[in-house]
Amino acid sequence: MAMTAIWTGMTVLSLLCALVLGTGSSLAPAALEGAASAVELGLGMAGALCLWMGVMEVMRRAGLAEKLARLLGPVLSQLFPDFRKDRPVMDAIAANVSANLLGLGNAATPLGLEAARRMSVKSPGVAGDSLCMLVVCNTASIQLLPTTVAAVRLAAGCRTPFDILPAVWVTSLCSVTVGILAARLFSRLWRDRR
Amino acid sequence: MTGPLDLLIPAILAGVSVYGMAKGVDVYGALLQGAAEGLKILLHILPALVTLLTVVAMLRASGAMELLAAALSPVMDRLGIPAETVPLMLVRPISGSAALGVGSDLIAACGPDSVVGRTAAVMLGSTETTFYTIAVYFGAAGIRKTRYAVPAALCADLAGFFFAAVTVRLFFG
Repeated sequence: MAMTAIWTGMTVLSLLCALVLGTGSSLAPAALEGAASAVELGLGMAGALCLWMGVMEVMRRAGLAEKLARLLGPVLSQLFPDFRKDRPVMDAIAANVSANLLGLGNAATPLGLEAARRMSVKSPGVAGDSLCMLVVCNTASIQLLPTTVAAVRLAAGCRTPFDILPAVWVTSLCSVTVGILAARLFSRLWRDRR
Repeated sequence: MTGPLDLLIPAILAGVSVYGMAKGVDVYGALLQGAAEGLKILLHILPALVTLLTVVAMLRASGAMELLAAALSPVMDRLGIPAETVPLMLVRPISGSAALGVGSDLIAACGPDSVVGRTAAVMLGSTETTFYTIAVYFGAAGIRKTRYAVPAALCADLAGFFFAAVTVRLFFG
């Protein structure tokens, strides 16, 4: 539904703007060229995307995610104090976060949902502090190799599509930190109000 | 000159393969399986890219995009964020494919190595489809009272947008 509103809104908006600004004649060719450019982009991305998906599958089968999960354990038990002693939950969270780090989105989601479901048993229907933290960690992307974006840059003719890596890492780290701090702060404010 | 980042990709390719072999993984089989899955993902996102790049091209040709950027540029300039990225920031939390469409349009139109193109790429690479993720997680856990999860997650997104502009200026300025 959201996408229907976005699509319809954007087409109507561009039609209105074209009428007001007198750019109507360029609208039709732009629409058709836009559609064509999507296929070009898809083809331009395809090779890099497939290659990286292959590398990620090797990482998954070699158990790199489990190794990373063990490294992350101590940090994560700081973030989820309510479940520090709950092994199944902490294992699921660690696996979720490390799959996210490696860019294994398809593997990360079921693991995260498993953790969320177990957490919700404690307080049915209400998002506890730890569940809010888990959601914040999953909405703030923390990916070591942003392969899709790199593939888009490659398709646009970039010779060094991965030169944005340091910027992406620093930005991700800042955004996750802000999210965690915001969650901590809001959890205190929330209690005060009740 | 060869910098450390030039060797990062080949090193990952070789390193992951050696590590996988040492662990007894059928490395080549895994590569093929992953690549086949990559094609499936591509097939999955391509229809959305067609519709979204169509409408984004229309918005650009009609002048609506420029209008929006011009209207918001006083605020954005103060924050140091390129005003051209406003449409990307608006759709990013709502739809992953819309963000990919708007972002790749920006990267192609302004150039992948331009400040706008790089900022758009960093924004795409360091944020998530917040509302979708929240809906999936709380739906699966049967949560109705989401408390402060949405504002906290949006704080992280806003920080991501802001720091994308900061880091691009820092690393490429």
